[in-house]
Amino acid sequence: MALTEQQMERYGRHIILEQVGGAGQEKLLASKVLIVGAGGLGAPAAVYLAAAGVGTIGIVDGDKVDLSNLQRQIIHHTPDVGKDKVVSAQSKIRAINPDTKVFTYNKRVSAQNVREIIRGYDFVIDGTDNFPAKFLINDACYFEKIPFSHAGILQFDGQLITVLPGRTTCYRCIFGAPPPANAVPSCSQAGVLGVLAGVIGSLQATEAIKSLLGIGELLTSTLLTYNALTMEFRKVPLGRNPDCPLCGQNPRITELKDEEQIVCDLKNGKC
Amino acid sequence: MNIVVNGQETNITDGLTISELLVEENVKMPQMVSVELNGQILKRSEFDQTVLKDDDKVEFLYFMGGGNGAD
Repeated sequence: MALTEQQMERYGRHIILEQVGGAGQEKLLASKVLIVGAGGLGAPAAVYLAAAGVGTIGIVDGDKVDLSNLQRQIIHHTPDVGKDKVVSAQSKIRAINPDTKVFTYNKRVSAQNVREIIRGYDFVIDGTDNFPAKFLINDACYFEKIPFSHAGILQFDGQLITVLPGRTTCYRCIFGAPPPANAVPSCSQAGVLGVLAGVIGSLQATEAIKSLLGIGELLTSTLLTYNALTMEFRKVPLGRNPDCPLCGQNPRITELKDEEQIVCDLKNGKC
Repeated sequence: MNIVVNGQETNITDGLTISELLVEENVKMPQMVSVELNGQILKRSEFDQTVLKDDDKVEFLYFMGGGNGAD
């Protein structure tokens, strides 16, 4: 599909990049990215991917916008408090870029629905806040063979890794299984610097764009860690784990199942 | 002897195990940490037996949630 004159102007700064060009921009417009979690990480990712002209963006989130989200979840604005996050995110994406089609999934991912939701997308961004969901997305992307970006944030620290399922180190290669429930500090308990989510979520969007365009080197088999206080980025090379229960030599996980749900109860301040 | 912990040159007592290093490095919640030793992820069950050697490279990799909603 040839670019219109308006699109040539809108995406001009991309098009003059040798690694993108008109062909790359057309590729982005034909691409589909799913963002799971319209929160701290998903918000900047959605905003940048929409601005970049990714043609289809799916947003999965079953929550409503809360006042305490606005410190970091920049896709949601003050008048959105109380609205469904997917509805709030959809309206911003549409305002940013009418070229982008938005599909919304007003629900949490589960073993029952996740494969059907992610199927057909070219790249998945894990912007979820809980470990069962992170493992579920890792496993579902493995079974559906969809590349994805994992990220996590806490206080002043962030981490991310891109996974090409079956080919590069996966989330289970590193972490195996969710930690015990009582061991989990959450952002609501421990706090998180709002802009940290922006840094890490924007890096996830960068990986999505590189993957869609097939340019550069993806952050595979390498965990990038970032500390906002020291401004230190570190790349930690991580080989595939032969004992990985999902993609190792003797896989024990052969179908999706829900890990024990560890949901933080904000009102009572406990997990 | 000297090892490298998360990119930092660190002097430790000879004969320290991974479990003991976690204590020495003030890791408060070892359940929240995966440990990579010289490029390989260690099983949790190996933490007690694995004795560190000179120049070993250890990475503590922390579980991090964060992102959407209530977290």
